[in-house]
Amino acid sequence: MSTSEKELAEFRAEVGAWMKDNNPPDPGFLLPQTFMEVGDERQLEFLREWQHKVWAAGYLGMAWPKEYGGRGVDPVFQSIADQEMRRNRVPICFNVIGLGWAGPLINDIGTEQEKARYLKGILTAEDVWCQGFSEPEHGSDLGNAQTRAVRDGDEYIINGQKIWTTMGNFAKYMILLARTNPDAPRKYDGLSFFLSPMQLPGIETRPIRKITGEFGFTETFFTDARIPAGCLMGEEGQGWKIAMQTLQYERGAASGAAGGQAMVRVTVDDMIDQLEGVNRDGEPVLKDPVVRDQLVQAIMEEKAMILGDRRARVAALTTDYPGSLQLSNKLRLTELTRRMRQLAINLQGAEGALYVGDDEARQGGFWQRAYFNSFSATIGGGTSQVQANIVAEHILGLPK
Amino acid sequence: MSVVGNTALQFSEEQAMLLDVARQFCQDKSPIANVRAQLDTETGFDAALWDEMVSLGWAGIALPESYGGSGMGIATLVPVVEAMGRAMLGTPLISSSLAAQLLLRSGNTEQKERLLPAIASGAPATLALLEDGDWGNEAVSLTLDDGGVLRGVKKYVPDATVASLFVVSVQHQGELALAVVRSDQLPANAMRANTLIDQTKRSANVDFSGVKVDENNVIKGADVGPALRDVRLLGALLVAAEATGSSAACLDTIVEYLKTRKQFGKLIGSYQALKHPTVDILTETDSARSFVYHGATLVGEDALDTDAEIACRMAKAQACQTLLYAGDRAVQFHGGMGFTYECDAQLYIRRAQWSQQQFGDAQHHRKRLASLLLD
Repeated sequence: MSTSEKELAEFRAEVGAWMKDNNPPDPGFLLPQTFMEVGDERQLEFLREWQHKVWAAGYLGMAWPKEYGGRGVDPVFQSIADQEMRRNRVPICFNVIGLGWAGPLINDIGTEQEKARYLKGILTAEDVWCQGFSEPEHGSDLGNAQTRAVRDGDEYIINGQKIWTTMGNFAKYMILLARTNPDAPRKYDGLSFFLSPMQLPGIETRPIRKITGEFGFTETFFTDARIPAGCLMGEEGQGWKIAMQTLQYERGAASGAAGGQAMVRVTVDDMIDQLEGVNRDGEPVLKDPVVRDQLVQAIMEEKAMILGDRRARVAALTTDYPGSLQLSNKLRLTELTRRMRQLAINLQGAEGALYVGDDEARQGGFWQRAYFNSFSATIGGGTSQVQANIVAEHILGLPK
Repeated sequence: MSVVGNTALQFSEEQAMLLDVARQFCQDKSPIANVRAQLDTETGFDAALWDEMVSLGWAGIALPESYGGSGMGIATLVPVVEAMGRAMLGTPLISSSLAAQLLLRSGNTEQKERLLPAIASGAPATLALLEDGDWGNEAVSLTLDDGGVLRGVKKYVPDATVASLFVVSVQHQGELALAVVRSDQLPANAMRANTLIDQTKRSANVDFSGVKVDENNVIKGADVGPALRDVRLLGALLVAAEATGSSAACLDTIVEYLKTRKQFGKLIGSYQALKHPTVDILTETDSARSFVYHGATLVGEDALDTDAEIACRMAKAQACQTLLYAGDRAVQFHGGMGFTYECDAQLYIRRAQWSQQQFGDAQHHRKRLASLLLD
């Protein structure tokens, strides 16, 4: 083992031990599995405290510069820390828009002033960030954003509406895409990018009640909201370019994220484990031949995804329809997740009809809620149907 | 430990080169017109083409050099077989390679030195295992009596009419054993060719009754059972590899038609009702390929371990379901044309039905996977 490998192994042991020792006990209420599920103050405060603790221990933002709250070490340390967080099944680091998207963006193209002002608060969880890209009429069509920003002296006046603002009601800042020039020849050239405060007169958030019965997103209304002109990132007209760069972080295509796990991974093992004690025809459900076959197929689907990731790294085995494994990944993973959670409920027997809030609900109704929440991934970021069109057109070359 | 288990997938430079060469070879030598030209022939393949494959070393690619092979291992056969499946090229390569593996894994040195070099130099061998239509029935009733005489029939023996050597599972002195029979030992009319759904394939029922087996051609002992088990798994893996190649070719055929055929003034590929299932075929084929090369990563010359067994079974379960789906949709998406013999879709759906029934279908393997994974 070389010195650096030894160093990494030692670090892994250290961070693993810390996660194990500090993994908080069950708080007695369901914790969010993803950052899109933070529905109430209780959950928010719990996660805020956890993220702060992870940062204070030195395991978050490790690759970010020291002067802005990071540790300035090689990103490999953060990725080891992230792996250990997943492995130890600790709570999520919830401030994902900041940690994963806004933060890396500010780090890469922000001014010194912006870095000094925003980065540390992202890591400490003091400043929650949200994203104002989607609008009610333009789900996935970002280039068509209609929210207006009009320069007025030292301020911009914002009017319009955003939707699916994750944690909009808790956020201190928003990365906001708004139209400064409605007359630009190309619609993209009329857009600008702002690092906007949220707690201002004229900005109102209305929580959206999700299919789960909980909250997590808001509609965000701007009515003559005045934000300082200094909130403009880059120059007017660069909004599209900056938004696209932000999406590169979001999709994991560009690095720079502060780290921390954004969602708790739920595996087929968890689904099988939850069946402990469930009977079917008077026997353990795992003895049922039909159920066994369904579980084998679920295991195979999950394994196929992992093997696909492995095969994607072997150039000689990806010459057929190149890029198919990568481009179909979102479609496959989200659909698999949804189907698996549905199966998990199905296999609970009559308990499957119980929901969060019933004392007898299996694992507090975790699977029922998780199934509903899984639609956020099959719909958000381009629905599965749109994803299938993208794969058909870009990989198979089928006509639009 | 996760139930997902071993997820190794490696592919050597050697395998990559071979895949490339095999792809090119099969593409050049086996255009679909040549495949069709073999549908009605007795052997189902072009003997000159087989000779070329033999001269490339493929007949002995998985055999050790000491027995006339190239010592590259069973994992190297996988890309060759996948390439053949892609071109729908029928040859005795799979059956002959499996018969060789059975000898390699159970025979003594004298037997291997005597029998394997001929297989490596292109004299096809085959394996005679089934006595009914049940791959889950491992009982053998064909007997080898104390006088060395066989009594009984084996069914669906692949490439029987061209095989020069048969490796036959037998019941001998109350134990499972193997008998090696030369084709010239078979009595006249011992073979009845099967009429197969896949016209690129050949098999026959073979009545071995009355054949006197030389003593040095009997394989007995503790290695026989495990060797048979492993060869069935390797058979499942190779058929899965071939089926995966055929799925990819079937997908190409569908995509080509969807990009050229117009209905109601539009290319039919623009309709989501056709587009989305075609994406499903792509992703299922991707999974099949991942399982197949995962399997290839885990199998070697040694006895197969549990991870390798799981991999072979998953590869078979996935690949044959995928080809069935692809072939089925290929027929449907070609519309009226798809209902004709002339349309290539029939080749794929026929191959799918055949592949599903070799070395156990998807349900057979999933049932065994359930025990391996859940108990």
